[in-house]
Amino acid sequence: MSDIVINIENAVVSYREDVALRGVSLKVKSGGFVGIVGPNGAGKTTLLTIVNGMGKLLSGRVWVLGDYLTSGNGHSLRKKVGYVAQVQNIDPRMPMNVREVVMIGRYGLLGLLRRPGKHDWEVVDEMLALVGMSHLAQRPIGHLSGGEQQRVAIARCLAQEPELFLLDEPTASLDWKAQIDILELVKLIHDSRRLTTLFVTHDLSSLPMACDRVVLMREGLIWGEGSPEKLLTDNNLSQLYDMPVSAVKARRQEAILV
Amino acid sequence: MELSIFGYQFMQNAILSAFLGGITCATIGVFVVLMHMPFIGVCMSHAAFAGALLGLWLGFNPLIGAFALSLLSAAIIGPLADRGELSPETSLGVIFSFMLGIAFLFMGLMPGTKSGALELLWGSILTNTRSDIIFLGIVTIVVVGLVFVFYKEIQATIFHRDMARSVGIPATVILYGVLFLTGATITASLRSIGGLLIFSLILNPAAAAYQLTYSMKRMFLLSAGFGVLSGWTGLLFSYLFNIPSGATIVVTSSVVFMITAIFSPKRKVKGWQQKLLVEGRQ
Repeated sequence: MSDIVINIENAVVSYREDVALRGVSLKVKSGGFVGIVGPNGAGKTTLLTIVNGMGKLLSGRVWVLGDYLTSGNGHSLRKKVGYVAQVQNIDPRMPMNVREVVMIGRYGLLGLLRRPGKHDWEVVDEMLALVGMSHLAQRPIGHLSGGEQQRVAIARCLAQEPELFLLDEPTASLDWKAQIDILELVKLIHDSRRLTTLFVTHDLSSLPMACDRVVLMREGLIWGEGSPEKLLTDNNLSQLYDMPVSAVKARRQEAILV
Repeated sequence: MELSIFGYQFMQNAILSAFLGGITCATIGVFVVLMHMPFIGVCMSHAAFAGALLGLWLGFNPLIGAFALSLLSAAIIGPLADRGELSPETSLGVIFSFMLGIAFLFMGLMPGTKSGALELLWGSILTNTRSDIIFLGIVTIVVVGLVFVFYKEIQATIFHRDMARSVGIPATVILYGVLFLTGATITASLRSIGGLLIFSLILNPAAAAYQLTYSMKRMFLLSAGFGVLSGWTGLLFSYLFNIPSGATIVVTSSVVFMITAIFSPKRKVKGWQQKLLVEGRQ
């Protein structure tokens, strides 16, 4: 158990009449890179929200970074968990620049009543350099493209100095080049920092090659888990996505060609 | 121009009220504009008006009624805005029309002269007393002080509530705090500007500032400046042309907004995007 950082035991989550997770159990080791794959509505995002304390459990237990998640410790847990969501719809006239948005990542760490100091701004600038966005640091956040906004979101997440790195469909709605750039960046961050990473996607072509383990989800349940080579077979994907094997093969061929 | 009028106590009170009300309303306006909740403010100001009329009708302090009902409406509206599960416009429309309905119902039920009720409707900054100003001053200090102290939490919550929550900021508490301060601001400014007009003084200066800057700190300062400018200019025009003060202040703030919208440097964003589009096609 010593190197386990996430231990989900029989988690059930429900949004009103919809059951999003139906008794999910999962263990993640420190430094692991887990890809969570499945069709829309499989419960992938909900799984991430119970790891960062945003989701509410109906039953089961979630142990993250040494503590069981309760209704009262979500705030303190979230300070240690970096979360990158899908491309957000940001007001193009929002009066904030890129550097200020990345600084938000440090606000939780700073706590109430403390202002960012010189060290905090140095961390922000370092993270902007890491994601290749230093040249746009003073640009209004609403003026960035989707790919650039995701780089900023990753920089903001890293400025938080997280112990876990959660990414929820970070490449959704991005163009092909931006998708590849983000995937390479995520791989670079994981490799250089050995940051425990959970990467959710519904699109197999957006699954980083760096994943050492894949979790397949369907209808609120874990449908399979293991190494990408063993699990991501045409037959498994055909059943997971409810598609004929020939269609899965064609789709994967397309993904290779692009 | 005859300026001896400014030597009178009632005019000095009005100038001070316009200053304090301008700052407070415009500060709250920044939240309303950036958090995209103008209809929430409209609902709360009409709820405050209804509450004040309830106080007048039943014989207790109208400001207590105003504060209580605006907070009640915030308690109903807040969860809708926070969850974002359903389109809140329909619910807000129902609450808005309900508040306006009961306001006029209370007015109809009120015995005797309706002059007190009409003052709350249109505002009467020239009749503000020292105690009104003290109340407004306290609310101004609280609003500006809290924005100063919790600026970074407010900034993150304004930017994106879920993202603020995900880094450990109590964004829900901040949202309800903003709604509470909105209720207090509306209540404190109700006598000066009036229940029907107060929301314009909240929205217009902030909307004008929003046209001019990409810095949130500057937006707070510009908005407060426009709020005070609208208050004082409106007061001056009201005196010069002998027209209602609350309405003149609100019209002035609308003119300020229109001027900034016309000359907004942010309109160039479209030109900037156009340039990229042209470059992309080449």
